Amino acid sequence: MRAVFLAAACVCILCVAAICLFLLVNGLPAFGKIGPLKFLSGSVWRPGSGAYGIAPMILGSLYVTAGAIALGAPLGVLTGVYLARFCPRRARAAGRAAVNLLAGVPSVVYGFFGLVVLVPAASAVFGGSGKSMLTASVLLGLMILPTVISVTETSVRAVPEACYEGALALGATHERAVFFAVLPAARPGVTAGIALGVGRAIGEATAVVMVAGNQPVIPSGPLRGLRTLTANIVLEMGYAADLHRGALAATAVTLFVFTLAVNVLLALGRGKRPA
Amino acid sequence: MGKIDIENLNLYYGEFHALRGVSLSAPERGITALIGPSGCGKSSLLKTVNRLNDLSEGCRVEGRVLLDGEDVYGGGMDIYTLRRRVGMVFQKPNPFPMSIYDNVAFGPRSHGVRARSVLDGIVEESLRRAVIWDEVKDRLAGSALRLSGGQQQRLCIARALAVRPETLLMDEPTSALDPISTAKIEELASELKKAYTIIIVTHNMQQAARVSDRTAFFLLGEVVELGDTSRIFTAPRDKRTEDYITGRFG
Ligand SMILES: Nc1ncnc2c1ncn2[C@@H]1O[C@H](COP(=O)(O)OP(=O)(O)O)[C@@H](O)[C@H]1O
Ligand SMILES: [Mg+2]
Repeated sequence: MRAVFLAAACVCILCVAAICLFLLVNGLPAFGKIGPLKFLSGSVWRPGSGAYGIAPMILGSLYVTAGAIALGAPLGVLTGVYLARFCPRRARAAGRAAVNLLAGVPSVVYGFFGLVVLVPAASAVFGGSGKSMLTASVLLGLMILPTVISVTETSVRAVPEACYEGALALGATHERAVFFAVLPAARPGVTAGIALGVGRAIGEATAVVMVAGNQPVIPSGPLRGLRTLTANIVLEMGYAADLHRGALAATAVTLFVFTLAVNVLLALGRGKRPA
Repeated sequence: MGKIDIENLNLYYGEFHALRGVSLSAPERGITALIGPSGCGKSSLLKTVNRLNDLSEGCRVEGRVLLDGEDVYGGGMDIYTLRRRVGMVFQKPNPFPMSIYDNVAFGPRSHGVRARSVLDGIVEESLRRAVIWDEVKDRLAGSALRLSGGQQQRLCIARALAVRPETLLMDEPTSALDPISTAKIEELASELKKAYTIIIVTHNMQQAARVSDRTAFFLLGEVVELGDTSRIFTAPRDKRTEDYITGRFG
């Protein structure tokens, strides 16, 4: 039996190793040929004329992720706290079911929702095509909600009741006890939830492609279209060849490094919680 | 009349009758000890005084709990004011996961104190009263969770004192602590009784004998015997009290 578990574990590890290996084998040569600095900081992406700068896409990914967190994290944390400590028991079950449903909706469905609801709405309010950094941020903000909500709820409920009672015993109101005693105690978990949201937002491709406009230029404002690292790969991989293909693989390497960084930060944050 | 007067109190958790006709009076500037085996309702009694029992589902209270003659369950008393006037120290130290300063300032801030200079004064005064100032004055910004168990409990006492209560409820405050920390808390309680009315629950007979002025012995939700501590421990009138304090059961 032990051997079965071992084999299963080995297969998993091998898969991860294989992914890393093929990513690097395919992507690293392009780094060399284009020049790492030129590749990462170049602001022009025009594969037809040999210009492979992915700075617009790096910034695009960072912008929409930051936007998604700015919108989704407060909303998600407040909702999670509400489910854990404010809502009536029966409503809690319904709320949780809704959150789980939201978590199971495929990206392409979110993208479709963005395309038929958010894009026209943005166009009506702000003018233009409606496909923009703002629209993509709102959509990604929605997509990370289930993660942030459920992780927040779980961590808030895991805080010992003594913390809450201690605050009440000092004459604090329910609201103050929850937000200023219980929530700080749940902070490591809440932070982890937000970090998971960052991971999801930066790695999302399908939905973003449908609402971001995808122009490979550094966006000059939140109402401009942009292209993320993921979108760059999805849009062009189908027909790219030679150095173009290599540059896309190198884009994937860059994305991989970003997600890795998120994970490392998450692990570090977990390591030094106040204890 | 005492500072706290409990008159014919019955407490139910759903169908369960946890306190039966309890009458008890805690004299001002004195320590009243509640002793008795686990599950006899001592914590439940403390939690009726600051109405923390309101949180327990199905909990119902009959009878009166008077603070300075005013019924805490009567409509006239605001629950936040009540809890400010009646501080509580829990069995297991429960500092908040934040700095020492913020722990002590939590209560005053809850009651609207914002000015930094005022808070600074309250924090120092409370920590001094809880005899922990010298140990923490150089690390007020450090996390309270890094203190030892005994220090955490004294911090919790300081935190309770910071809202300037009139009485302190202490629910087995030393049961999680080592003997030296226990001695410090006992000394502190004896000092604090000069200014506060204290009710302390304890499992430790010597502790009750050492620190308290009055002792109430509980069994199965009833007060079996109530009287001056010296009398209870030297000449108990009820056989069950005698058995308990001599360690024959409990
Ligand atoms: N929230 C509650 N719901 C139901 N029963 C409770 C609750 N709290 C305490 N009890 C019961 O009431 C009795 C007295 O408990 P407690 O006041 O904690 O006793 P003590 O502090 O003397 O050990 C016990 O039988 C306990 O199981
Ligand atoms: Mg108890």
